[in-house]
Amino acid sequence: MSDSWPLWEVFIRGKRGLNHVHVGSLHSPDAEMALRNARDVYTRRNEGTSIWVVPSAQITASSPEEKDSFFTSSADKVYRHPTFYVVAEEIPHI
Amino acid sequence: MTDTAATEAGLEAEFEARIAADERIEPRDWMPEGYRRTLVRQMSQHAHSEIIGMQPEAEWIGCAPSLRRKAILLAKVQDEAGHGLYVYSAIETLGVDRAELTERLLAGEQRYSALFDHPVRTYADVGTIAWLGDGAAICLQVPACRASYGPYARAMFRICKEESFHHRQGYELLTAMMRGTAEQRAMVQESLERWWWPTMMMFGPPNARSTHTERSMRWRIKRVTNDEMRQQFVDMAAPQAEALGVRPPDPALRWNPEREHYDYTDPDWADFERLISGDGPLRAQRIAHRERVHREGAWVREAALAYARRNEGAEVGA
Repeated sequence: MSDSWPLWEVFIRGKRGLNHVHVGSLHSPDAEMALRNARDVYTRRNEGTSIWVVPSAQITASSPEEKDSFFTSSADKVYRHPTFYVVAEEIPHI
Repeated sequence: MTDTAATEAGLEAEFEARIAADERIEPRDWMPEGYRRTLVRQMSQHAHSEIIGMQPEAEWIGCAPSLRRKAILLAKVQDEAGHGLYVYSAIETLGVDRAELTERLLAGEQRYSALFDHPVRTYADVGTIAWLGDGAAICLQVPACRASYGPYARAMFRICKEESFHHRQGYELLTAMMRGTAEQRAMVQESLERWWWPTMMMFGPPNARSTHTERSMRWRIKRVTNDEMRQQFVDMAAPQAEALGVRPPDPALRWNPEREHYDYTDPDWADFERLISGDGPLRAQRIAHRERVHREGAWVREAALAYARRNEGAEVGA
């Protein structure tokens, strides 16, 4: 394993004004070659104007098993949504 | 029931509910071992087919009849490499190492499409493989864009977007040849006769004999049966052949107005079994080539890694 190239996650900005979006992964010995390989693998048809590559090992992810407890604090706060508030229909621009 | 078994049953129920609701399964979700195994089998067969599929076409890059055709073929072969990498990347989300996939391909433990075990004899074959082979691939791959495993579906979507170019350039190549000399037209007809049956086999065994179909359909890894996809391909290819002015080597091929589909003959299933078991004419050559290229590239992989490590060391030192 130590002799194989590490895995990198690839994120691409499709065009100016958009976020970088995860598109897949690739193997590369270093960051510079990861960028070049990402260009060849994921942007052969002008799919991107900017690429990020991140070592997969550097990503910390939430676990799907704890999704309920992890996200509950936002689920029970209905007052964070505008539809929680009753406003008379005739009031304009609200 | 032990605690572990109870948890397992709960997880399985959650998984089944997600599949039933047509939601996607993502890499870190719990999944049954059989689901994971089926995905690895199907996806690795797909990825290996893309990579091995580069060989028959790459052989002809140097013989392209014009710079235009050469640029097109180069782009197509590069796409096939890309497609292989998209799918390998998706398999790795299941915790399988890429190097292991290469080893299992070379050891003959994982398969690739038997289509690529047939020789490419003329430049007309370059067109036919794209028209029929990539045409069949589209029928197989479009439903896979809705596969239940998220990374696979996303890779398939990316592939499908690029596949149409492959299909069209092949048909255009054959159209150009059909407008040429009588000899060129004969080459196209002869090429179609050789590739028709291997292409018809790409959809796998008939439903009744397919060992994986039922479970894969239930898990929504597969959305359309082999026979349905074969019919769809024939319905697409038959009128295209007619417009081209060539005739597939199937005497039963004709439009059936009652069914509103083309009638066709199934490929020879005994021949199919023989070919997928690894008995194709060029199987040994394809694997030997892949093995040699992998071995000869080892020093490049090692040098790049040594360079990266030296630079890392230099940065730490500074």
